[in-house]
Amino acid sequence: MADVSALRRSTLLRSLLIAVVAALVLFGISELVGEYRNSQLASVALNFCAIAGLTVLIGRSGQVSLGHGAFLFVGGYTVALMLKHHTFPNSPTTNKLFILALLVAVAVSAAVGALAGLAAARLRGPYLAGVTLALALGLPELPTYSHLSGWLGGHTGLVVNIPNSLDNVDFARWQAWICCACAVITLFLLYNLIHSRVGRAFEAVRDDEVAASLAGLSVARVQVLAFVVSAAAAGLAGGLYALTAGQVDPLSFPLTLSLDLLAASVIGGLGTLSGAAYGAVLITFLPSWAQDVSGLSATSKVGANLPTTIFGLALVVSMLLLPNGIQGLLSSITRRLRNGAAPMHRTAFGISSRAGNLHDREDT
Amino acid sequence: MIKAPLRLAALGAVAALGLAACGSSSSGGSGSGTPTNSSSSGANTASAPGVTATTVTIGSHQPLTGVAAPGYDEIAPAANAYFQYINANGGINGRTIKYTYLDDAYDPTKTVADVHKLVEQDKVFAIFNGLGTPTHEAVVPFLNQQKVPDLFVASGCLCWNNPSADPETFGWQPDYTREGKILGAYIKQHYAGDKIAVFAQGDDFGHNGVKGLEDEISTSDVATVQYYNPTNTTVTPLVQNIAQSGAQVVVSFSVPAFTALYELTAAQLKFQPKALVVSNVGSDPITLSGLLTQFSKGAVKGKDLIQGIITDGYLASPSDPTNSWIQLFKKIHDKYIPKLPFDGNVEYGMAAAYTFAEALKAAGQNPTRDSLVQAVEAGGFSGPGLVPFGYSSTDHSGYIGTQIGVIKGLAISPIGTPETTDDGTGPITPYTTPQPTAPANGIPND
Amino acid sequence: MNFLNDVIYGAANGFIYAAVALALVLIWRSTRIVNFAQGGMVMVTTFVAWDLVVEHNQSYWVGLVVAMLAGLVLGGAVERILIRPVENGPPLNPVIVALGLLLVLEGGAGMIWGNNNNTFPAQFSLVYYHAGHQVILFNSDLLFVVISVVVIALLLYLLFQRTPIGLRMRAAAFNPEVARLLGVPVSRLLTLGWALAAVVGAVAGVLIAGIPGNYVSPNGFDGLLILGFTAAVIGGLDSPIGAVVGGLLLGIVLQVLDGYVSNDIDSMFVLLLLLAVLMVRPNGLFTRHQERRV
Repeated sequence: MADVSALRRSTLLRSLLIAVVAALVLFGISELVGEYRNSQLASVALNFCAIAGLTVLIGRSGQVSLGHGAFLFVGGYTVALMLKHHTFPNSPTTNKLFILALLVAVAVSAAVGALAGLAAARLRGPYLAGVTLALALGLPELPTYSHLSGWLGGHTGLVVNIPNSLDNVDFARWQAWICCACAVITLFLLYNLIHSRVGRAFEAVRDDEVAASLAGLSVARVQVLAFVVSAAAAGLAGGLYALTAGQVDPLSFPLTLSLDLLAASVIGGLGTLSGAAYGAVLITFLPSWAQDVSGLSATSKVGANLPTTIFGLALVVSMLLLPNGIQGLLSSITRRLRNGAAPMHRTAFGISSRAGNLHDREDT
Repeated sequence: MIKAPLRLAALGAVAALGLAACGSSSSGGSGSGTPTNSSSSGANTASAPGVTATTVTIGSHQPLTGVAAPGYDEIAPAANAYFQYINANGGINGRTIKYTYLDDAYDPTKTVADVHKLVEQDKVFAIFNGLGTPTHEAVVPFLNQQKVPDLFVASGCLCWNNPSADPETFGWQPDYTREGKILGAYIKQHYAGDKIAVFAQGDDFGHNGVKGLEDEISTSDVATVQYYNPTNTTVTPLVQNIAQSGAQVVVSFSVPAFTALYELTAAQLKFQPKALVVSNVGSDPITLSGLLTQFSKGAVKGKDLIQGIITDGYLASPSDPTNSWIQLFKKIHDKYIPKLPFDGNVEYGMAAAYTFAEALKAAGQNPTRDSLVQAVEAGGFSGPGLVPFGYSSTDHSGYIGTQIGVIKGLAISPIGTPETTDDGTGPITPYTTPQPTAPANGIPND
Repeated sequence: MNFLNDVIYGAANGFIYAAVALALVLIWRSTRIVNFAQGGMVMVTTFVAWDLVVEHNQSYWVGLVVAMLAGLVLGGAVERILIRPVENGPPLNPVIVALGLLLVLEGGAGMIWGNNNNTFPAQFSLVYYHAGHQVILFNSDLLFVVISVVVIALLLYLLFQRTPIGLRMRAAAFNPEVARLLGVPVSRLLTLGWALAAVVGAVAGVLIAGIPGNYVSPNGFDGLLILGFTAAVIGGLDSPIGAVVGGLLLGIVLQVLDGYVSNDIDSMFVLLLLLAVLMVRPNGLFTRHQERRV
């Protein structure tokens, strides 16, 4: 039992264990499934990076972002700029460079996140929502600006050199490995973060800014830090998108991307990394599932519009049935099993006061 | 005039497709059958991914919903109707063609997911007629890396013609620079000395069109070039700049929604230049007239506004009932997709499908992905176009020229002969071979 | 003169953003929710008007009135059926429900009316005015838009400030618990707020659809929602007058920057304008209440 108590005490050990298990499971899945499932696995993993960052921002620090696609844009273009000069497909340097490119993408997005966070720290509720929304629309427009289009590829975008697969490894599997490795690292780091003093500071600021500042926390600094962390994770996701798609252009980072990420983190269950995982799976599979349900080769007005409608209905219904997301449902089930009695309905991810954000009666 | 600086509202941020074109006068000459290398010996085998003894499965990504859907959502159903017609008549080399097209809503991230699904799960033989420049560009690296034939992209970007880096990718419609050159040569000849103003989409479509135009006309004759942002419909100040520039000839490289908007705004400003020249991408008379009719309760008549527009094209006008291709396509349309309007989009889809059928036939009795690409590079198709294709092992562009014409009623009547050129600074030469006649049974080489 | 024309033309656009902003302000005032489905609701009511006017040859005014009635029903139904269950849950839930509703409305409209670009007849002349030989970028149709928006804003202002029902709506929004204790039918007033917003949206949709460049299509109003939201945020979200001022400011600034800097990066300009306003006034221009601070 000594081991168990050590695990309970040490966040680091616990997170290592979780990361190793996650890595093994992902590796196993990737070995078992074929090409297409591996490319979907890659999407799930890169979506997880973005959603995990977003869910920490909203659920833990209480700041809303409707525009996280902007940070994916920054990460994606950073990777594209770093890898565009290497000849496709067999450049020996590309393979070493891509890890560096991802790291730079994380750093650049974190910097942009810091700027956004500085503005965000002054704003509350719908005003913050409005600015982040404008960010998601404004930033991806930059490449089309005539003075930047030469450098950033204009409407056409930039071609990215995809890193070569290892010998004897199927290409889709190789891409899934890269994305899954990044997802596991993100999981490990964020898990440690939210269980550290920093994570507790996030929550203190979320729950009561006044109390937090009385306790000696710099509210603004904590809020900016949350934006930095979240943007870094999103930037990593954007970099991975560039690596897997082999190309970035302004239209690849539309507003709907940001809104999908938001929907995924809310439906998964805000503030929890397991919720981010559910959200990532959902957002990857739901659209193609909707397309399958409505039948391929939609030839009628109804058929063509059915996937959109199903996707929309799924969002509405899941919010009506699962107000606390999938994670909320699962934890209430486990609690019920453990206690043998129906527990109180609690607002699991107390997005409170400031996070009241889009919906705050008090502030009038 | 609503400003909608948004991807979501990207009215015109759509593939600048070249649609219907000039009515060729009913063409003479008999269909010149292209010989194929299909041998009649042996049985059909499952010779490649997506190919069985009895079927060939191909896939595509199309904007069936979203901002680019209007008009362009007819193309894939039209292509599919042509394949159904082929299938009902015995297929190609005994195989029926199964065409799976998925909606990407003109969003490149969805295009990527769709194409992965088609290639990796549905195991399609080839990608056919993927629609849109930004959408399709997002999958070109993947398709070439996976060595999946990527035939007849539905966009006039010059970027599909890059055989050394993208050996699997082929364009189909004439590229925007070739169009610009041929329009420019016509203007130089017929409006010498007049000042020219340009209204162009601010992306590769507009820029490459202008590049071709300025290759032919002197830049000192260009009074102004106004680039519109396809995500922004507040073009009135741009059109006013054109009106104030003193230009007598206006050239427009615009998608239909913006051609209509230009025409209407010019009418609002009471600006009437001597001539309006519109790229075939944005000049389908049926589409334009539909977009213009309802404004201002009949005070503006859509059909009147578009009379006399000079344009170019590479297919027969859908309104030409004497053309053998139009007769064929109309017959298929009436049988399989009677609810869709018979317009340039429908013709475009069927014509591209016909070219694919030709390529598949030429790829041999038991086609492989390599043999399909080689068959296209071997060229020699006698498809529905007024001009030939440029396909070779070093050239993956599609139709290499266009035919000038003028809008009369809801049809385009041709002026002179078709012309061909390159996408560089090469000369423009008349192409005098008559358009081939459609095969009697509507299927290539039978 | 070009500058003056940019301002005039920008202001005319600004009134259109204001029309959408007014609908958002109404919903914000009643339920503290930013209704991301507003664009979809406007799209549906405009399709209803289009169906009558264009497909069935009814008069413009019949189309407008039926669209307003459709809005009344749609707005009320959406609040009752979809928003009510999530109103008191976690604050982002109504946002996700609204986004889902938007997709359902767009998909549904596509199923019924198809994914085409349809044009809607303007009621008044579109020809621009001339002063001598000088064109002024304004016409009778835009004049009708401006007058309509101003009238709507004034009516809403009077409703909230001068009528008992408006007073109760404010009370219900300000503090639902206390209002309920005082006998205010809070729940009905919230529904009324949404219904009224959808009526305002319906008028806005018909006005906008008649202006060249706008098409009645399933995605036809997506962009306007963002601009309307921006205008409302600049104005302070709580104030009908703020919505109009925010819309005007947005329209003029965008048009002038378009003309003098670049028309490639409009959304970037939206972002900069928002930041410029909000860094000075974090709660918008016309918010009366104090920021809830220490």
